[in-house]
Amino acid sequence: MKGSYIVSREDWSLHRKGELDQQRHRKKVKEAIKKNLGDIIAEESIIMSDGKKVIRVPIRSLEEYRFRHNFRNQKHGGSGKGGSKVGDVIGSDPSSGKASKGKGAGEEPGVDYYEADVSMEELSEMVFENFKLPDLKEKQNKKLASEAIEFRDIRKKGLQGNIDRKRTLLEVLKRNAREGHPGVHGIKPDDLRYKTWETSFKYESAAVVIAMLDTSGSMGPFEKYIARSFFFWMVQFLRTKYQHVNIVFLAHHTEAKEVTEDEFFTKGESGGTRCSSVYELALKLIEERFNPNDYNIYAFHFTDGDNLSSDNERCIKLVNKMLGHCNMVGYGEIEGPYYYTSTLKTAFRTIENPKFTTVTIRDKNGVYPALRAFFSDKREDGTVRMMQPLEDNVEE
Amino acid sequence: MSSEIKVLEKSIDKIVEIAKGFGLDFYPMRFEVCPAEIIYTFGAYGMPARFTHWSFGKQYHRLKMQYDFNLSRIYEMVINSNPCYAFLLDGNSLVQNKMVIAHVLAHCDFFKNNAWFRNTNRDMLESMSVAAERFHSYELQYGRGKVEQFLDAVMAVQQHIDPHYTIKEPKQKAKECCSKKQATPYDDLWNLDKKQDCSCGNGCTSNNHGFPEKPQKDLMLFLLKHAKDLEEWQRDIISVLRDEMFYFWPQMQTKIMNEGWASYWHVRIMREMDLDENEALEFAKMHAGVIQPSTKSINPYYLGIKMFEDIEKRWDNPSEEEKKEFHRPGGEGKEKIFEVRSIDNDVSFLRNYLTEDLVEDLDLYLFRKVGHDYKVTTIDWEKVRDGLINNLTNCGVPNILVENGDYGKRGELYLKHSYEGMELDVVHLEKTLPHVHTIWGRPVHVETNLDEKPVLFSYNGERITKKFI
Repeated sequence: MKGSYIVSREDWSLHRKGELDQQRHRKKVKEAIKKNLGDIIAEESIIMSDGKKVIRVPIRSLEEYRFRHNFRNQKHGGSGKGGSKVGDVIGSDPSSGKASKGKGAGEEPGVDYYEADVSMEELSEMVFENFKLPDLKEKQNKKLASEAIEFRDIRKKGLQGNIDRKRTLLEVLKRNAREGHPGVHGIKPDDLRYKTWETSFKYESAAVVIAMLDTSGSMGPFEKYIARSFFFWMVQFLRTKYQHVNIVFLAHHTEAKEVTEDEFFTKGESGGTRCSSVYELALKLIEERFNPNDYNIYAFHFTDGDNLSSDNERCIKLVNKMLGHCNMVGYGEIEGPYYYTSTLKTAFRTIENPKFTTVTIRDKNGVYPALRAFFSDKREDGTVRMMQPLEDNVEE
Repeated sequence: MSSEIKVLEKSIDKIVEIAKGFGLDFYPMRFEVCPAEIIYTFGAYGMPARFTHWSFGKQYHRLKMQYDFNLSRIYEMVINSNPCYAFLLDGNSLVQNKMVIAHVLAHCDFFKNNAWFRNTNRDMLESMSVAAERFHSYELQYGRGKVEQFLDAVMAVQQHIDPHYTIKEPKQKAKECCSKKQATPYDDLWNLDKKQDCSCGNGCTSNNHGFPEKPQKDLMLFLLKHAKDLEEWQRDIISVLRDEMFYFWPQMQTKIMNEGWASYWHVRIMREMDLDENEALEFAKMHAGVIQPSTKSINPYYLGIKMFEDIEKRWDNPSEEEKKEFHRPGGEGKEKIFEVRSIDNDVSFLRNYLTEDLVEDLDLYLFRKVGHDYKVTTIDWEKVRDGLINNLTNCGVPNILVENGDYGKRGELYLKHSYEGMELDVVHLEKTLPHVHTIWGRPVHVETNLDEKPVLFSYNGERITKKFI
C-alpha cells in the first residue's frame, strides 16, 4: 500500500498570494470609491450608520463582467421537502439589489452588484482630501490645534514595520565595502535602520461653525435627509481635521432655538418658515459668545427656500450683517419635488459678497458638490496661507 | 514526523485499501495538510499556483470571510493532476479527514477515468505556475496596470472556447457548398477526381464565403489568431487563459456527477471503517450537511449521489419490462455506475438517468422570480429535467459565435449569440463589449435577441449603441 501516497505538512507561513491579491482588490475598491464619492457619500447606509466603524458601499465597477444569461428571467432548479406545488413561494427578495453573501454570490438571482466594506476612517480620508475651513484668519484666541505625525528621524532601533530598507541596504553596502567584501550580502543587526516619527502640534486660531437647519413642515423627508447628509459629513470633517472647533446647532421653523447635536439630527418639527429667526439667533450667539476678534466664524444654513415672502427682505439684511462678522456664510437650498418660483435663493441674488456661497441640491448626488463648494479652498492667493491645516505645509 | 500525521497515515492505508477493493482506480496521491488561509487561497484561484489578479483576491476575501464567520467550510481541495494533489484543512478532526480522504479518492478516480477529462493536462500545476511567473515578468516589463487591464479583458471572454475541439470536423460535405441536394448519397463519388474546391459538380464556386468560413465557437482562439495589433505577451496571455479554461471545463461540465460520485463512495468507504459511536455520529452529521438539499438551487452533491444510487438500484433490480425490453438481467448495478462515470457528463447524465420517479422523490422543481418572490413554475418531470439540462448546457455559458472577422470590410468583429430562449444580461453585455474591443482593437458587435426581436449591440471604442435589426 505504501508508495501510492504521501502525507505532508509544510510551512505555509510565507505563502501570502491570497492576501496580496486581496490588497490589489482593495486598492481597486478604493479607486472605485474615489471615482464615485458623489454617489456613495449620500448612501443611506452611511448617514444612518450611527457611528458604525465599517460601512458597506455598493460598487458597480468591480463586477467581473462577461457574456452571461439574464438570471432574473431564467428558470432555476431547486428541491423541496416533498409535495411542492406550482405557485409555491420558496423565497423572496427583501430588497432587490441587496447582495446576499451566499455561496456563489453573483450567480444567485437578484445580485446586481458587489458591496465592499470600507471603514469610516478610510472613507472620510478620501472625502476630506483637500478640504479645509476656507479663509481661516489669525485671531487673538488661539487654541485650535491640529496634530500630525511626521517621519523625520532615522534610528538604529525601532518598530519592524518602519524599517527603512534603502538606508539599511546602504549601511550594508558601506560596511561590506569597509570590510573589503563589497556588495549587498549578510545584513547584520547593526545595519538596520528605522524610520522614527515625531508628533507635531500646530496652534491655530479658534473657529466656530454654526449649523442652521430648517425643520419646518415644508421640509419633507427627502429635504431633511439631504440637509442632514450634508451636516453629517460637515461634522465628520470638522472633527477629523480640527481638534478644537466649536459647532453649534440651530433648528428653526418660525422660531429658532439652539439644540443638541442629537436633536439636530433626529428631531422633526412642523409649522411655517421664517428664516430670519435663525439668522437673528445666530447673530445673538455671535454677539454673546463668539467674538469675531477671537473666532473664525462659519455659518451654514440649509432650507428648502420656501420662506415667508414678507420675511425675505429682513433675511437679506441679516445675512449682510452676518457677513460682516463671519469668514463665510453658506446657504444651501434643496429643490424638492415642488418647484418654487420665488425662493429665498432668488432673493439672495442681490447679495454680492465673496464670503457668501450658495448651492442648490436636487438629489442625493448633490451633497458632495455642496461640500466641495463650501470646504475646498478654491480661493486665489491673498488668503492667509500659513493658517492652512498642517499637511499642506509640509511640502512648502 | 508528528504523531498526528502518523495516525492520519494509518487511516489512509485503510481507506486506500478499501477504495481499491471497491474498484476505484486513482493516481498516486499527495496529501498536504495546510492552514485555512492556504486552502481558501487555492479555492479562490482554483489552483495552488496561478497568475495574479485582483478578482482572485476578491474571491479569496469572500471565501475567507465566510470561513471566519463560520458560514461555510472547505474541508478539502483536490487537483486534477498526476500525481493527484489533495489539500486537507488543518484543524479537520480525524473523522473529518477520513471522510475527506475517501471523498478525494473518488474524485481522483473520476478525473482519471471519465472520458471528458481524457485530454486535460495532468501537469497543469506546473504549466500554471510557469505561466504565473511569465505574467509577473510582463508586469515588470510593461507595467502592472497595462497587464491588469489586458487580463481584465481576456478574463471577460475566457469562457468562450470550443470544448469539443478534439472532435474533428468532417470534410466539407458536398451539400454544404451549394444548395443543390444530391440525388443519392453516393453521387459525390463520381466527382472525386474533379477539382477539389467544390465537389457537388454543379459548377458552384461558393467555397470560400467568409472569414471565418463557418461561424466559430472558439472566440478565444479567434482573437488569439486574428486580433491584429496584439503584442507577443498579449497573445501569450490569451493562449494561457484559453488552456486554463480547457483544463477547468471538464470540471464545470461534471460538477453533479463528480460530487455525486465522490459522495457515493465516501459513504460506502466510511461504512467499512471501524468507527466508534462518536465518530459515526460526527460522520453522519457531516455527510448530512454535505448532501443537504436547497430550495433555491440544486445541490450537486445531493442530486449526484441520489442519481448514482438510483441507477445502481435500477440495474440491480430491473422491472419486468426493463428485463424484457432492454435485456437487463439484473445485478449489474456496480458495473453500470462505473460505466456511467466513464462516459457521461452532467448533461447526458441528467438526460439519461433523471427519471420521473427521481424528480418526484427529490421533489425537484423549476422556479423563477415573479415580482419580489421566487415561485415554483413547474413540477412536471420532463420540463424540470429539460430545464435543468438547459441551464447546464455549455456549462451555463451563452453560446457566442464569431460570425465575421471583417464586418463591413472594415475589420470589425461581428459576434452572434445563438439565442435559444435565454436572453443575455444586458448590463453585463454592455460592459463586456469594451473588453472585447480592448483585445480586438476595432469596433465589435454582438447580435442577440431581446423580447424575441433580434438586436445588435455595437461598441466603437467610445460608446455602446443598440439597434433592432
